[in-house]
Amino acid sequence: MATDTLKQHDAHAHDGHEHHDAGAMKVFGFWIYLMSDLVIFGTLFATFGVLATATAGGPTSQEIFELPFVLVETFLLLISSFTFGLAVLAQNAGDRGAVLKWLAVTFLLGFGFVAMEVYEFHHLIAQGHGPDRSAFLSAFFTLVGTHGLHVTFGLIWIAIMFFQISRQGLDSVTKPRMLCLSLFWHFLDIVWICVFSFVYLMGAM
Amino acid sequence: MSDIHTSHDGASHGSYKSYTIGLVLSIVLTLIAFGVVMTGSFSLPVMMVTVVVTAVIQVLVQLILFMHLNTKAEGGWNVISFVFTIGILTLIVGGSLWIMHNIHVNMMLG
Amino acid sequence: MFGKLSLDSIPYHEPIIMVTAAVIGIVGALVVGLITYYRKWGYLWTEWVTSIDHKKIGVMYFLVALVMLIRGFADAIMMRSQQALAAGGAEGFLPPHHYDQIFTAHGVIMIFFVAMPMVIGLMNLVVPLQIGARDVAFPFMNNLSFWLFAAGMILVNVSLVVGEFAKTGWLAYAPLSELQYSPDVGVDYWIWALQLSGIGTTLTGINFFVTILKMRTQGMTLFRMPIFTWTALCTNVLIILSFPILTATIAMLTLDRYLGMHFFTNDMGGSQMMYVNLIWAWGHPEVYILILPAFGVFSEVIATFTKKRLFGYKTMVWATAAITVLSFIVWLHHFFTMGAGANVNAFFGIMTMIIAIPTGVKIFNWLFTMYRGRIQFTTPVLWTIGFIITFTLGGMTGVMLAVPGANFVLHNSLFVIAHFHNVIIGGVVFGMMAGFTYWFPKAFGFTLSEKWGKRSFWCWLVGFYLAFMPLYALSFFGAMRRMQSYEQTEWQPLMIVAWFGAVVIAMGIACIVIQLIVSIRDREKNRDLTGDPWDGRTLEWSTSSPPPNYNFAYLPKVDSIDSYWEMKQQPGGFKRELATKFEDVHMPKNTAEGPILSLFSLFFGFALIWHIWWLVGLGAIGMFVTFMFRIFNKDTDYHVSAAEVEKTEREYHKRLEMQA
Repeated sequence: MATDTLKQHDAHAHDGHEHHDAGAMKVFGFWIYLMSDLVIFGTLFATFGVLATATAGGPTSQEIFELPFVLVETFLLLISSFTFGLAVLAQNAGDRGAVLKWLAVTFLLGFGFVAMEVYEFHHLIAQGHGPDRSAFLSAFFTLVGTHGLHVTFGLIWIAIMFFQISRQGLDSVTKPRMLCLSLFWHFLDIVWICVFSFVYLMGAM
Repeated sequence: MSDIHTSHDGASHGSYKSYTIGLVLSIVLTLIAFGVVMTGSFSLPVMMVTVVVTAVIQVLVQLILFMHLNTKAEGGWNVISFVFTIGILTLIVGGSLWIMHNIHVNMMLG
Repeated sequence: MFGKLSLDSIPYHEPIIMVTAAVIGIVGALVVGLITYYRKWGYLWTEWVTSIDHKKIGVMYFLVALVMLIRGFADAIMMRSQQALAAGGAEGFLPPHHYDQIFTAHGVIMIFFVAMPMVIGLMNLVVPLQIGARDVAFPFMNNLSFWLFAAGMILVNVSLVVGEFAKTGWLAYAPLSELQYSPDVGVDYWIWALQLSGIGTTLTGINFFVTILKMRTQGMTLFRMPIFTWTALCTNVLIILSFPILTATIAMLTLDRYLGMHFFTNDMGGSQMMYVNLIWAWGHPEVYILILPAFGVFSEVIATFTKKRLFGYKTMVWATAAITVLSFIVWLHHFFTMGAGANVNAFFGIMTMIIAIPTGVKIFNWLFTMYRGRIQFTTPVLWTIGFIITFTLGGMTGVMLAVPGANFVLHNSLFVIAHFHNVIIGGVVFGMMAGFTYWFPKAFGFTLSEKWGKRSFWCWLVGFYLAFMPLYALSFFGAMRRMQSYEQTEWQPLMIVAWFGAVVIAMGIACIVIQLIVSIRDREKNRDLTGDPWDGRTLEWSTSSPPPNYNFAYLPKVDSIDSYWEMKQQPGGFKRELATKFEDVHMPKNTAEGPILSLFSLFFGFALIWHIWWLVGLGAIGMFVTFMFRIFNKDTDYHVSAAEVEKTEREYHKRLEMQA
């Protein structure tokens, strides 16, 4: 309180605390953002669940899903999750070069994933199985596409992160951002696990 | 400020070992899930249960071994907020499927 | 070049719109002229538009809310006038397509652009002060949230003159909102206004959730937080978990309209009922987002003006938490009649009734706090007592609606309208007005006129009962909602009573405006020099009014609930003494990135509505570039020097001494 006796409590420690916690608070805030993003995906999953059989005479999931293709996509993303982990380990070790290296590897893997997804979508649309064909396809394209869009944003973010770290190094600004980005990237892996399990695998049964 | 202080940048650190274990586990789990479905020699319930179980384990692998979710960091609020979100999501997704299923049956929408 | 936009998009042939537009134009020109004349543009830009000070952002939210209240109320009184006139074959003065836009705009404006900014505005002003913090967790994001919200608000207002607004009802039910039945831009305005402001709201939710969890001052454990902060915390949980549902649902509707998808269309397997399901999965938590902070305000007001600690603090907290969880399991009661069957309806009916229990706990807590207290009948207390009576009635009609059998009779009738105005006016509006009167001196350093505040309260209270009790009766005669005209002339007398009620509410709103003018005129007489005009209990009253931009020269330390009050009760009392030594204070810097990014988002939204694709690209690139500026901006904070802090504090103490 504003009385003299209490006023001076850890006055010196305090300013230090603010700096001290600012990075942690950003990471925590980003985690909370991920929770709200999770709800967006939850809503899209629920919609897909309701509309999965609403094919309106169009193709069914069994007819269009190609599991080997999805398996390769999955491996790209899983391994990229691992390589991002290595980037974080490099950051903990203070090794800027290694951080940049693993960021680049992660970017390439992620880019491969997005490229494969774009190919899959293009292939489906070219066959006349676009998102306007049926409610099922609308839900499928939107759910998978929203994930793909997130990965794309992740790629842009990795590129910016790469640029920023190579320019200003690992400091109190870039380090928490790297941690946020790592959470984002692993989070997209979690969403993808749900996508391949509940959309592709169950759809192919 | 927070009552419980965490490591200086707010996240606990993994190790090379935890990431490697995570990677191996997720590859194995993925192969099991795809394998069960792609071989086509299992019954529907078996496939369903396998896919769901491997998915849940794999999500946990990501959370614990890659994202280092634990009850110590941030005074446990990371875990609490995640569990609460999953709980609410279960209500929303489960409730929606339940409601829409009943509506489709009752309104004879196929 | 301009997509669907042409000069024909402006409704010249609608006299009401043209006159309104002219009035807005004249008032706007006058305001711009005055600002220019007094050379205040620079001041506005540096002190308000770019401000990351949570108190100023809170004031801006509330200001927008009050302006939009007038806009939303204009819609309301036009509807009441139309229904008072259009009986037995009479057409009234509003053609159907205009009437439909008005009831849609009224709902959208009142919920998204009046109630929400009032709640968020109060949260902004009060929460950091109550938890003894210097700012919110993410000050830049707070500024961005406000301006995104403002961009959505501007889009709604632009729709008045350029094009038209949705004619679908405030939730834009599919398939009516699909391209097939609403080919015009109205629904697109609805979509982008809600998306922009909704994203702002989600960011606010995250921001305040983290603020409350991470920035509480020393000693303030969760169970020592003021009740308003508790309700704010729960509201933010609801925002974080429910607004994304709205975002996703509107996004799917957008995909239907823009890319020809089939989520909610009539054909190709789309499910309109899924739209209704999803929109209410957000919509029900939304009503608790609005009401919980109002509950918080009443708790603070009652404790302060009865000079007692709130009765049952812990039960109040747990009741709030219970409502937070339960609000996610009741959404189907908005569409009992859609045909989910007896099992589903029974489950959601029972859940809805259960939610009345924690609410009842709260009502008793307030009553027991007042019991044997020394109640001062100030304006905030009047709003609170008016709330307790009115909200209890509204709650009971809510339980009636929760009975699925009864709901089949009452669904979409005026009963529903009467019920939710009963709880929203009686709960949210009364709560926000109580909070407005209670915390106004904290924001501006002088109290509001009690005389005009009380007049406003009585007008609102009487006006509310006159306007909505007839609707309950009319619903039993069979009157439905959203009627542009009706055959039954025997309904007309009650419709006229309801119209008269709206007129009385108009007087209540006028009283608020007069209250503001009178209070600003008499501000020197009503100065709050101590910073504690009500003999308050919580930390926000321990600093000066208005607080310095750093809120507290030294962060307070607390060791109980109502710690500030306890301190005042100590032998010798609480003295506001000047500290002997000052420290630098670390603060975030004002920034133009929020408003600029939001300006581009406004272009982006407007261009999407009118299919002006080059402007869509420009807006998107503008947002991205501005964001990059922010990311690479290293000049985001500064230190208020100890000398400056000392100067500010000395001035405050000089004022205190002068008063003594």
